[in-house]
Amino acid sequence: MVEMIRINGLSKSYGDVPVLKNCSLDVARGEVVVICGPSGSGKSTFVKCINGIEPAQAGRIAIDGEDLPSKPAAAARIRARIGMVFQHFELYPHLTVMENICLAQIHVLKRSREEAKAKAHGLLRRVGLTDKEAAYPSQLSGGQQQRIAIVRALAMDPVAMLFDEPTSALDPEMIGEVLAVMLELAREGMTMVVVTHEMGFAKAAADRVVFMDCGEIVEIAETARFFAEPASERARLFLSRILAH
Amino acid sequence: MSGFDVSVILDALPFLAKGLGLSLGLTAIAMVGGLALGLIIAIARLSRFRTLGTLAALYVNGFRAVPLILVIFWFYFLVPLLLGRPVGALYSVLIAFVMFEAAYYSEIIRAGMKSVRPGQWQAAQASGMTYLQAIRLVVLPQALRKMAPLMVTQGVVLFQDTSLVYVVSLHDFMTSASIVANTQNRIVELYVFAALVYFALCTAGSTLAQRLSSNRQRAH
Amino acid sequence: MNYAWNWGVLVQPPYLEWLGQGIAMTLAVSIAAGIIALSLGTLIGIFHSSTSGAMRLVTGSYINLFRNVPLLLQMFLWFFVVPELLPKAAGTWLKRELPNPEIITAIVALGLFTASRIAVQVAAGIAAVPGGQSMAARASGLSTVQAYRLVLLPQAFRIVVPPLTSEFLTIFKNSSIALTIGVYELTARTQQIQSFTYQGFEAFTAATVVYMVIALTVTTLMTVIERRVAIPGQSARV
Ligand SMILES: Nc1ncnc2c1ncn2[C@@H]1O[C@H](COP(=O)(O)OP(=O)(O)OP(=O)(O)O)[C@@H](O)[C@H]1O
Ligand SMILES: [Mg+2]
Repeated sequence: MVEMIRINGLSKSYGDVPVLKNCSLDVARGEVVVICGPSGSGKSTFVKCINGIEPAQAGRIAIDGEDLPSKPAAAARIRARIGMVFQHFELYPHLTVMENICLAQIHVLKRSREEAKAKAHGLLRRVGLTDKEAAYPSQLSGGQQQRIAIVRALAMDPVAMLFDEPTSALDPEMIGEVLAVMLELAREGMTMVVVTHEMGFAKAAADRVVFMDCGEIVEIAETARFFAEPASERARLFLSRILAH
Repeated sequence: MSGFDVSVILDALPFLAKGLGLSLGLTAIAMVGGLALGLIIAIARLSRFRTLGTLAALYVNGFRAVPLILVIFWFYFLVPLLLGRPVGALYSVLIAFVMFEAAYYSEIIRAGMKSVRPGQWQAAQASGMTYLQAIRLVVLPQALRKMAPLMVTQGVVLFQDTSLVYVVSLHDFMTSASIVANTQNRIVELYVFAALVYFALCTAGSTLAQRLSSNRQRAH
Repeated sequence: MNYAWNWGVLVQPPYLEWLGQGIAMTLAVSIAAGIIALSLGTLIGIFHSSTSGAMRLVTGSYINLFRNVPLLLQMFLWFFVVPELLPKAAGTWLKRELPNPEIITAIVALGLFTASRIAVQVAAGIAAVPGGQSMAARASGLSTVQAYRLVLLPQAFRIVVPPLTSEFLTIFKNSSIALTIGVYELTARTQQIQSFTYQGFEAFTAATVVYMVIALTVTTLMTVIERRVAIPGQSARV
């Protein structure tokens, strides 16, 4: 079977500080992988390398059997097929919700305006935000903004979705509404790579958990095994700290 | 001297108005041309291609190091030489102003683009946009809103700077006032009147810039 | 391009001497005007940041007046108009007895004009100091003057150094406008060389190089100052 995402020997450094050291990970079609690890361990960098918006210095990445070119311009076509959700939403503040969702559909996928809008309407209905299409991002709550950001990514009909701490900038009462959308996506069989500290989400949705520390992938384990008996001492320590909260 | 003579100003009004027209026209052309060229230079400076960035930086820092009067002299003397025939002061001055202003506008645009959060670039790229699409659709629209007050302020400075075409005897408002002042021997009247006109127009521009920037702050 | 190159003209008498005199004049006018602008501009900037409405009105009027009239016209006003408006004796003294009236006028005009721009930067610098600092200073019993001198100004100064760099550069560039009232500074001298020798390319290149050296020197000096006064742990530039 063809893996959806293949990452082989990924390495990256800022100047002479290594941030990723020889990281490899395969994600199967329909699989949900959660990445966790201490602050500064390289999780964000790793996820941003998967679609090439951070260039890596060594290693190979293939999406759906197709190699990600190292030239940023050539990578754009493949990037359009992977959705990405950011910690700080990154909705475009100068555009309405509808315009945010349609922008890349029209300019990258070359869809007609009507097609793009129809797509947006369907997705907005799914997340229960049809009444917000004319609003600007600054008029929405954090939870609403993040759900729109997910819709914006889904509108591109992605083959996989990347999430970088999608709930860590949210007030506690809004985390649930975003996680609910993500859970539903996972159940529908979307291939997902999710950086998060929400261990509840990991237990409920993840097939496997990846533990990173100091730029290394220390451990990759089945979700149940990871929480029951992590293989590495570092993961055990991390879990005991994070679950103590 | 004998009292303030308003009639000399009234008599010269058509001539002065023509001069003011030239000043405003020069400002408009230099602003539009300077913005267009400045945008290209700003994008070149932010690009991944090192040589392009260095060339753009040299252009900007070069023009910003020398006085506008010297730039006007340069082009006044260089343009006919390059074209091999006399072209008149107006064309030389237009080219000089556009190229000079481009250096300043490019810095405003560059600062505006850099003030857009890196996450916005990343979001645009992640959705498959090319570099130029990200600039056109996501970064510039945000940057332009932030830059509007500074651009108007620079426009006011530019309008004042057009008075320097005096050194190549183009009949802008300043030079026209000076011609009337000397031919009619009414120096006080003409220069005070010119100052009032400049003050009124520049104050209007400055007020607009302030209005724009407080609108922005309220929107946030 | 049809042009007979002759770089040698720059080192021929009297042209080399003209260039030297031009550079000296540009430096003298700019530095003198810079001293006026910095001291007056700082004062106006401080008063402009005060809470007194009358004070703000006076300083604000100064700033608006001097910023909204072209410097060239300001030089003409000081040089041609002011002596006419003064009482006869004073006007005559200005025109007849004051040595080098054009140079003095240029310095005063450039100084007062730049003061308005520096005042804006200083006021903005003071405004950028967090509001809590002023309260903390007063809470610890400092008088208003002490609060400014010991707490607000030292912090504002550091904020203001980068924009001041560009103002200082502008003084050197703006000093060229003095040529319109007959001051033989660098740009005037190169224009003079061009009209005597028709070797404009060489003359303008020389001036351009000198202005670039001045810009580089000022920028380097200010960067050194910026580094010196930078508070450890706070980056000087945002
Ligand atoms: N642009 C950059 N320049 C230099 N170093 C960087 C840059 N971006 C990240 N780093 C460094 O790379 C390391 C990994 O950063 P990264 O953001 O990937 O970590 P993270 O695991 O996502 O952490 P967090 O949980 O805080 O988001 C950190 O030590 C960080 O300081
Ligand atoms: Mg991170």
